[in-house]
Amino acid sequence: MKFLEYQVKERFKAAGVPVPDGRLARTPDEAALAAGALGPIAVKAQVPVGGRGKAGGIKLAKTAADAKRVAAEILGMTIKGYTVKEVWCETAQEIIRELYLGLTLDRDARKPVLILSAQGGMEIEEVADQHPEAIAKLHPDPWRGPLSFEVRDLIFRAGLGPLQAQLTPLVVKLYSLARTYDALTIEINPLALTRDGGLVAADGKLEIDENAMFRHKDLHGADESEEDPMEAEAKRRKLTYVRLDGSIGVIGNGAGLVMNTLDLVQREGGRAANFLDIGGGAKAEAVHSALELLANDPNVKGILINIFGGITRGDEVAHGIIDASRDLNLTLPLVVRMTGTREEEGRQLLQEAGITPAASATAAARSIVELSGGSLR
Amino acid sequence: MSILLSRASRVLVQGLTGREGSFHTEQMKAYGTNVVAGVSPGKGGTLNLGVPVFDTVADARRETGAEVSGIFVPAPFAADAIMEAAAAGIGLIVCITEGIPLYDMVRARAFVEDAGAKLIGPNCPGLVTAGEAKVGIIPNHINTAGSVGIVSRSGTLTYEVIQGLSQAGVGQSTSVGIGGDPILGLSFSEVLRLFKDDPATRAVVMIGEIGGSDEEAAAEAVIGREFGKPVIGFISGRTAPPGKRMGHAGAIISGNTGTAASKLQALKRAGAQVCDTIEEVVAAAGAAVGQPSSAAHR
Repeated sequence: MKFLEYQVKERFKAAGVPVPDGRLARTPDEAALAAGALGPIAVKAQVPVGGRGKAGGIKLAKTAADAKRVAAEILGMTIKGYTVKEVWCETAQEIIRELYLGLTLDRDARKPVLILSAQGGMEIEEVADQHPEAIAKLHPDPWRGPLSFEVRDLIFRAGLGPLQAQLTPLVVKLYSLARTYDALTIEINPLALTRDGGLVAADGKLEIDENAMFRHKDLHGADESEEDPMEAEAKRRKLTYVRLDGSIGVIGNGAGLVMNTLDLVQREGGRAANFLDIGGGAKAEAVHSALELLANDPNVKGILINIFGGITRGDEVAHGIIDASRDLNLTLPLVVRMTGTREEEGRQLLQEAGITPAASATAAARSIVELSGGSLR
Repeated sequence: MSILLSRASRVLVQGLTGREGSFHTEQMKAYGTNVVAGVSPGKGGTLNLGVPVFDTVADARRETGAEVSGIFVPAPFAADAIMEAAAAGIGLIVCITEGIPLYDMVRARAFVEDAGAKLIGPNCPGLVTAGEAKVGIIPNHINTAGSVGIVSRSGTLTYEVIQGLSQAGVGQSTSVGIGGDPILGLSFSEVLRLFKDDPATRAVVMIGEIGGSDEEAAAEAVIGREFGKPVIGFISGRTAPPGKRMGHAGAIISGNTGTAASKLQALKRAGAQVCDTIEEVVAAAGAAVGQPSSAAHR
């Protein structure tokens, strides 16, 4: 789950991480009121994606009239598929230096990693690419967290020794926020050094581990459903779905197998419209629901189903396919490859229903590419 | 005995009395696994599927000498179950559970390391030593005993390879699914080292996928350093776009890391034979152990 900037800043503020004063506005008039109360402000589009500034979603306003005008420009904009419904209006900062402070999970170290850099304001991946020496990292012990001397060492290694007294508590607070919220990523970027010598979180990012949501039922993050109606519908159906840019709908069980099916489709000259994993032990209803979802996607010109029956049974899957094709009046080309548990029963059921199962995954991919309009490359 | 597990291994199941736990315990027993105990807090003293159930892993270990644990407990409690097993002195812990919070896993993984235990998973299909024993959910009927070792991040793709090999008349030594999560126990490198030292394994199939850099690390640190046995490599997710999580929590290309191209290149550089399809993997593995197969037309 991702959060909007203002939602992140509310949490920063509650945890004692300094943030600029700000107000949320849903109309140009509310933005004007905010400027009236706060003075010169930055008007910032609230969408759960990066690159807002480049897209024109962040503008400065000196007066209430300015604020009303720029808010009118920003509200209603579309940034990477998200319509801007709210703007965060916050006191404009006199920034003399931009730093970076963040935490993410380091897969290779199998631990969280705190990252501090004197080069803030841009994506940390870019800094890592261009100025690897400007990044200092600390892998705190997952049981005791970062100790003060480790944090000081981190700060000195980042070349930020003079700010040590202010930075140390900030690093500790960020770590504790990450733990509290099961953060996959938490970032203050830029962490701004202002003219008056203070450090303030000028922007913030927070993404919570979906696996840990049972501990955070009361939290409401950004509405991500706008991004893609198909992905939203898949989520409602509890299917693991990712939209892709081709025309062949793909359904399978198991992430690795589905990924491999996408690769096979491309190898045969087609392009997949999606990744859809119905999971292990899937029953007829899951297959039915998956087929229904794809049949309603106007981009899909043909559907390939690839099932390995482990816990999932071939006859169950076959029933799902047959019922769904009938209920949906499916006219799209459909190719099924099925192997594993109750393979024979499943294949026979399909054949009786007029659906010929493919001999192998490769053959199935070739066949669906041909049937749905040939090579699309 | 191949690696990690044999018919002599004394296995306990944590979460034996649950739906998944009991179904798969039955399957494991049917395969010949020496299941000596189950653990379900509050159900100690009962018998389930003919297996004595204990309240704690420590009790089960003391009473039965269990040395391997398979974990089927729900995600919110799974990390604790892993640590309970490690604290009780279980040497090999196999966690099938999917969806464990990552911070829980980070802690559990550090705990397991301190205890000196080996962890496989989580979010994995477990392992099977063909013809001997199984801990996890790999379907029984697809395995055939032989000399090809398999290590994989994906479940169903592991099954595909096992079944393909078996149908081509090529048997397996041990098949290990290490799991699809970002925070894992045994890595490719560690499992490959075990295969390297295993006289029963003559060739290894390694099934990787996009995300992370475990494949690259294994190529550099193990396969490329006098591994001494043929390694057949395969990477799924070649056509996956960056920034999209492909089902597995760990299968995501972020920035420049985790791409299929980088993994394939590292494997090639290390001297592994890289294949484009599972059919090719099967044929190559057959050839590597001297059984040129008819698998390609399967």
